[in-house]
Amino acid sequence: MDITVNILLTIATAATPLLIAAIGELVVERSGVLNLGVEGMMIMGAVGGFGAGYLTGSPWIGLLAAIAMGALFSLLFAVMTLSLATNQVATGLSLTLLGLGLSGMMGTSFVGQPGERLPNLYIPGVTEIPVVGKLLFGQDPIFYISIALTAAVMWFLFKTRTGLTLRSIGDSHASAHALGIHVIRYRYLSVIFGGACAGLAGGHLSLVYTPQWVENMTAGRGWIALALVVFASWRPWRVLAGAYIFGAVWIGQLHAQAFGIPVPSQMLSSLPYLATVVVLVLISRNKRLTMMNTPASLGQPFVPDR
Amino acid sequence: MSANHDGSNLLEVRGLTKIFGTLTACDHIDLNIARGEIHALLGENGAGKSTLVKMLFGSLEPNSGEIFWNGQAVRITSPGAAKKLGIGMVFQHFSLFEALTAAENIALSLDDGSPISSIAAKARALSYSYGLPLDPESLVGDLSVGERQRIEIIRCLLQTPQLIILDEPTSVLTPQEADKLFETLERLRSEGKSILYISHRLEEVKRICDRATVLRHGKVVGHCNPREETAASLARMMVGNEVQAVVRAPVEGIETAQPLLEIRGLSRKPATPFSIPLKNISLNVRAGEVIGIAGVAGNGQGEFFESVSGEVLQQDAASVRIRGKNAGSLTITGRRLLGAAFVPEERLGHGAAPRMKLSENLLLSRHATDGKAFVGTGGMVKSGAIYAASQRIIEAMDVRKSAPDPEAAALSGGNLQKFIVGRELDRRPSVMVVNQPTWGVDAGAAAHIRQALIELSRSGSAVLVISQDLDELFEISDAIAVMHNGELSKPMPIAEATFEKVGLLMGGAEPGHAEHTLETA
Repeated sequence: MDITVNILLTIATAATPLLIAAIGELVVERSGVLNLGVEGMMIMGAVGGFGAGYLTGSPWIGLLAAIAMGALFSLLFAVMTLSLATNQVATGLSLTLLGLGLSGMMGTSFVGQPGERLPNLYIPGVTEIPVVGKLLFGQDPIFYISIALTAAVMWFLFKTRTGLTLRSIGDSHASAHALGIHVIRYRYLSVIFGGACAGLAGGHLSLVYTPQWVENMTAGRGWIALALVVFASWRPWRVLAGAYIFGAVWIGQLHAQAFGIPVPSQMLSSLPYLATVVVLVLISRNKRLTMMNTPASLGQPFVPDR
Repeated sequence: MSANHDGSNLLEVRGLTKIFGTLTACDHIDLNIARGEIHALLGENGAGKSTLVKMLFGSLEPNSGEIFWNGQAVRITSPGAAKKLGIGMVFQHFSLFEALTAAENIALSLDDGSPISSIAAKARALSYSYGLPLDPESLVGDLSVGERQRIEIIRCLLQTPQLIILDEPTSVLTPQEADKLFETLERLRSEGKSILYISHRLEEVKRICDRATVLRHGKVVGHCNPREETAASLARMMVGNEVQAVVRAPVEGIETAQPLLEIRGLSRKPATPFSIPLKNISLNVRAGEVIGIAGVAGNGQGEFFESVSGEVLQQDAASVRIRGKNAGSLTITGRRLLGAAFVPEERLGHGAAPRMKLSENLLLSRHATDGKAFVGTGGMVKSGAIYAASQRIIEAMDVRKSAPDPEAAALSGGNLQKFIVGRELDRRPSVMVVNQPTWGVDAGAAAHIRQALIELSRSGSAVLVISQDLDELFEISDAIAVMHNGELSKPMPIAEATFEKVGLLMGGAEPGHAEHTLETA
């Protein structure tokens, strides 16, 4: 029983950073902006979070620093692509490269240092309840944030007027502009929100997952988050499902490798990717729904003619 | 016109000017709109009508000039500011969001924060009271163009504007739908609202407008009462000189002529959730005749053209036959080699590569059919021959351009269209299929293209023209078929066709369809 609970807990820990980064990117893409810099913003969040936590001794300050770092870094992307109308793909890619390099440089003195870990939730009497206690009331704070964030984004996008406006901009920025909607303002805020999420996801890695600083510690998670958004056809609950499928198969194959199953380890390592793609493709077979949810103006720079 | 800004007019415009680079799109425009009038803004494509209304609606900023609203000088810096003043606009190219519902689309333009359900109810009530029924829950992507326009109008009315700007509203409507629109406009006028009505259709301007302002090359060339003018005198004001009428000699013995293009039971599943399936279309186009296909935009004409031209291949090779040979599984090049030529609807992107020179565009479409003339040994391109051929076309079609061999994108829409049509005509094709031959083309160029298509048919070719412009089809066709919801009616000989009959078919009425399905079954 304990083993099962522990496996479930590790799955949640593996899925959480993917979920947060993907939910942030989902909002960005729903507004019609394609930010390929998730990996870069994430690693900046990781190094910022670790550094602030290490220097102040407070993981909570580290958490805030991670969010701020991601947001600040995304602001660079926003200025380039939104105000200067640069190519979003190229800018996003360079943001990732810059983030990986810059974080490595900033983190040289942190390598090998013990970090601060965010404490898990503990409610006396409740957390001790067998099985559900630990799963529901004994996880790290970012896990709860990730679930709340998913629900909040779902509510925001599909139940509020502001969310509707955001989706309309993603569908056609020219039409939105013609209606008098501030396309650029909405997109700035979306990009910064996405950056804050990516930073938070990075903070999860360096403050919860493995509380230490290792260069390139995001290890491609930003790219997985990006892929999740597309395969989930820009719908929040599918992003949640995708992140957890990925996390589950990832942890599963680690255990399988540890048991020494006679399958080449490379095959096992590729399973999470395969499984996520297959499942998400299967659930997005409805072409019509996919079409409705795909932001039609994704990746196109918007320059209002004045 | 005296500039008295005392508020007797709802809107006064003085000396409004907009310059794009070297082009003065609007040059010191003066315009007065009184309360409770329908004011027409007339002009050819490129005369500056759209630029002017974009400035009135705040989506473009004028370089100079003044706008007075109720006698007060105002600056309209954004569409939001225009809405606050009480200016509403129904756009020519719809500004709707396809992936959202009608109610959501309406909610987006209202800033009052009321819940979508109450907006939906209001929109439904308003739409029925104006006789423009609308289902607020429907997805815009599923709606016909006419229904989309209703959403735009209802959306505009819900903002209770004092001035409503309509940009070419009837270009996408059936004649019956247009009648309905005119009733709505007359009712709005009786409620004291002002309407600025932009159009190049003179008959409807004469019918509903109280006053007209005519633009040419960015300048106001006259004001008039359209009811006192004739269509010809209005056209003269717009164009600046007489427009050559198109001549169509009747054809004899067409029944016995060889069908050069045969469509047999052509069906196609919808390619995307928002596109139209084609349902068992059959049609013969014989040597020597022009057949027109009418229909409201978005009823499958685009899908039909793609199937006939070979942009999309058919499963049944016999469903498209060119000069007696099965062509359904041939590519565009294969069909061209059989003697067919195609002019797609989109000039830039489909008809021509925007950033390539005209001569290069010529080679792109004709390298296979005129390989011997344009490509030498070892695949070397004969630039001289191509250049000469493109100059021949430019001369034959009177293409006006700024350089000897400009990039396609540097030409105006009308001139590029003349070149693209001319490029195909130059081959003397035995089958010519054209989609929207004169869309966005000025009257003079349109007449030239129409005459050229008629002459091609009279020299023994089969010509198929898909168009939304009924006037055009009546001018050039020997028979008109109507496409509605992916079905094609039986061609109606031009002698029997009337606007009313064709309009009913465009709206989905049955007569032709019933006969048609019996015949093909």
